[in-house]
Amino acid sequence: MLDRTSPARVAQPAARAAHGDLKTYGIGFALSLGLTILSFGAVMGGLVPHGMMLGAITVLAVAQLLVQLVFFLHLGAAPAQRNNTVIFVLTALLIATVVSGSLWVMHNADTNMMPMQMTPERAMSKD
Amino acid sequence: MFGKLSLDAIPLEQPIIMGTGVVVALLGLTILGLITYFRQWKYLWVEWITSVDHKKIGVMYFGLGLVMLLRGFADAIMMRTQQAMAANGAAGYLPPEHYDQIFTAHGVIMIFFVAMPFVIGLMNVVVPLQIGARDIAFPFVNSLGFWLSAMGAGLVMLSMWVGDFAATGWVAYPPLSELGLSPTTGVDYYIWSLQISGLGTTLAGINFVVTILRMRAPGMNLMKMPVFTWTALITNILIVAIFPVLTATLAMLSADRYLGMHFFTNELGGNAMMYINLIWIWGHPEVYVLILPAFGAFSEIIPTFSGKPLFGYKSMVYATAAIGVLSFFVWLHHFFTMGSGANVNAFFGIMTTIISIPTGVKLFNWLFTMYRGRIRFHTATLWTIGFMVTFAVGGMTGVLLAVPGADFVLHNSLFLVAHFHNVIIGGVVFGCLAGMSFWFPKVFGFTLNEFWGKVSFWCWLVGYWLAFTPLYILGFMGMTRRMNHYDHPGWQPLLIVALVGVCIIGAGIVSILIQLAVSIRDREKNRDLTGDPWDARSLEWSTASPAPFYNFARIPRITSLEQHWDDKETGRAGVRVAIFEDIHMPKNTAAGFVIAVFGFVLSFSLIWHMWLFAAVGLLGMIGTFVVRTYNRDVDYDVPAPTVARMEAERFALARKAA
Repeated sequence: MLDRTSPARVAQPAARAAHGDLKTYGIGFALSLGLTILSFGAVMGGLVPHGMMLGAITVLAVAQLLVQLVFFLHLGAAPAQRNNTVIFVLTALLIATVVSGSLWVMHNADTNMMPMQMTPERAMSKD
Repeated sequence: MFGKLSLDAIPLEQPIIMGTGVVVALLGLTILGLITYFRQWKYLWVEWITSVDHKKIGVMYFGLGLVMLLRGFADAIMMRTQQAMAANGAAGYLPPEHYDQIFTAHGVIMIFFVAMPFVIGLMNVVVPLQIGARDIAFPFVNSLGFWLSAMGAGLVMLSMWVGDFAATGWVAYPPLSELGLSPTTGVDYYIWSLQISGLGTTLAGINFVVTILRMRAPGMNLMKMPVFTWTALITNILIVAIFPVLTATLAMLSADRYLGMHFFTNELGGNAMMYINLIWIWGHPEVYVLILPAFGAFSEIIPTFSGKPLFGYKSMVYATAAIGVLSFFVWLHHFFTMGSGANVNAFFGIMTTIISIPTGVKLFNWLFTMYRGRIRFHTATLWTIGFMVTFAVGGMTGVLLAVPGADFVLHNSLFLVAHFHNVIIGGVVFGCLAGMSFWFPKVFGFTLNEFWGKVSFWCWLVGYWLAFTPLYILGFMGMTRRMNHYDHPGWQPLLIVALVGVCIIGAGIVSILIQLAVSIRDREKNRDLTGDPWDARSLEWSTASPAPFYNFARIPRITSLEQHWDDKETGRAGVRVAIFEDIHMPKNTAAGFVIAVFGFVLSFSLIWHMWLFAAVGLLGMIGTFVVRTYNRDVDYDVPAPTVARMEAERFALARKAA
C-alpha cells in the first residue's frame, strides 16, 4: 500500500526529526507517572475533600491527556508536526461543536416540549 | 441457515417490479453475452476491475453515477406520473406502500449513488493531474473505496426484487424506521447499503486529504493550488469529519433493530429526536460535500472559456474554507419545527443566512471573471451560466427557508422539495456534467460532441424550471411532500406541468447517452492531439490527452498559480523532456474488488439474518485485507526507455496535428 511515491515514505525523514529523544520521553514518563499517582491519591488517599473529587480527577485526566499528546505523540508547534497539530485541534473543535451543540439543542427541545409533567391536583383543577 | 430469506421475498405479484426485473435481467444478460462473445472479460479484469489508476477509477465512479441516475430518474418520473394522476379520489397507479419505497429510493440513490460518485469521480480524475502527482496517495484504497460504493449501489438495486426497500423517506427517521413500524427488511437494506458505501466514501476522503496535503508537485504551495483542488481538499476534510457521524447514527439504529436496544425508540428512554439531530449533523455538511467540487469545476471552466484568470482567487479560497467551517453550524435548520426554543432557532437561522455570503462572493467572482472576457460558448460554458442563474434562485429560496418563522409554514412542503432540487440539480448536477464535458478529452483523448451536449443542456435547463417552478407554487398553496394522492383539484394542473418538465429532463438524460454514443463513433474526427483542446490554464492540460498512466513524464516544477498558461506565454509549454527517468508506479490488485464482494456478502447476509454467511463475509473481508498487507510486491518501475518511447510517439502525433 505504501509505495515510494506515497506520502508516508516521503514524509518520514521530516517526521523522524520530531520523534523526541530520551530526555523528552523521560520527562513525559515522569509527568504521567506523577499525574497518575496524584489521581489515585485524590481518590484513595483523601488528598482533596470529597465534594471536589470528581472535578479533581477530571482535571488530572485532561492534564494526563495533554502530557501524552505532547511528549509521546509529539504534537506541538514544530514545523514537522504543525499539520498533525492543526488536524488534532480541528478534530477536537468539531467534536466539541457536535457534542455541545447536540446537548444545547436537545436540552432546549426538552424544556420547550415537555410541559406535560402535570400533577394530578393541577390536572383536576383544570386551570 | 437462510435466516428470513425465502422465495416469498420476491414480489411476484407486483407487475411493475417484475416487469422491470425482466427488462433489467435481459439487458444484463445481453451485456454479459456481448462481453463473452467479444472475449473482453480479461480486458475488463486487467484494465478496469483490478485497476488502481486514478483516472480509470474516476471513470468507473462516473459510470456508476450515470447508471444509477437512470434508476433514480425512473423513480422520479414514476412519482410525478402518480401525482399527476391521483387527484380527487383517483388512486393513481402506485399503491402507497410501493410509492413510499420509490420516494425513499429516489432520494437515497440520487444523493449517495449519483451525486457522490459523480463528485468523487471528478476529483479522482482531476486532482492528481492538477497537482502534478502520478497517482493518488493510496491507490489500492482508492480501488477498494470505489468497489465498496458500487456494492452499496448493488444492494439498493437488489432490494427491488429481493424483499423491499425502506419506505421511510431518505433519512429514515425513527420511530418509523424502528422494528415496530418497519418490520420488513427494507430499512435494513437502507442501513447496510449506506454503511458499506459510507465506508468507501470515508476511505476516499482520507485518501484525497493525504494526496492533496502531501503529494503536490515541488513549488506548489497551498496558495498556488488550483481552485478545484482547493474545493476538493475542503470537501474531503468535510467527508472525513462527518461520515463517522453517519456511521455511528446508523449503527445505533441497527442496534435498536437487531439487538433490541432503545436509542431512538419511543419506549424505555429512547429518543427519536436525537436521531434527527445526529443525522443532520452529517446531512448538512454533506450537501456542501456535494456542491463544493461543483463550484471548483465552474471555477476552472469559467476562466478557460473567458480567456482570463479567475477573478479573486484568494477570496475564492477563503470563501470555500469559510463555507467548510460554517457548514457545521447550521444543521438545526432542517428541524426548526422540532420544538427547540426561540434562541436555538434564531442562532441556526442566522448562521444559515450567513453561509450564503461566501457563496455570493463566489458568484460575483465568476461574474467578474466573465466580465470583458472573450467568452466562448462551449457546452461547459452553457452549463456554468445555467448554473449561475438557477443556483442563485435556489440560494435565495434557501435564505427564505432559513427564517424560522417562514420555515414553520414551508417545512415539509413542496417548496422545500423545489428548493433542494433547485440547488442540487442547478448546482451539483450541472457542475458534474459541465466537468464531464470539460475533462472528458483529458481521460479519453477525444472531445465530446458539442451538438448533443447543447441539446442536453437546454433540455435540463428548461426541464428543470418547468418541473420545479410548479412545486414552489404548490408549496405556497400548502401541498406537503411525499403525498400518494390528494383531494385538491387546484393542484392537479400544476402537477401535470411538473410531469412535462420531468419528461424534458428525461430528454436531457437521453441526450447525454446519445452524446456519448455519437462522440465514441466520431472519436477519430475529434481527437485531441495537443493535450490542451480548450486553451486552458492549469497543470492537467500540459500533459497528453489521454493522459498517460504515469500522468507526467517528469514531475513539473511549479512557479505560478496558472502554471500551464504561464508556460504557454513564455514558450516553456510543450517543450520536450530530454532525459527520462524510471517511473515508479503501483501495481494493479484484485484485493479491493474481492474485499468489496465479501462486503456485499456480509451486508446481504446481515439484512436477511443469515449469520453463517455473515461470518463468511466478515472473515473474507478481514482475511483478504491481511493477505494484501503481507504482499510486498505492490509496485514496479516503468523503465526510462519505455517512457521515452511513449513520449516520442506523443510528440510525433502532436507534430502531425500541427
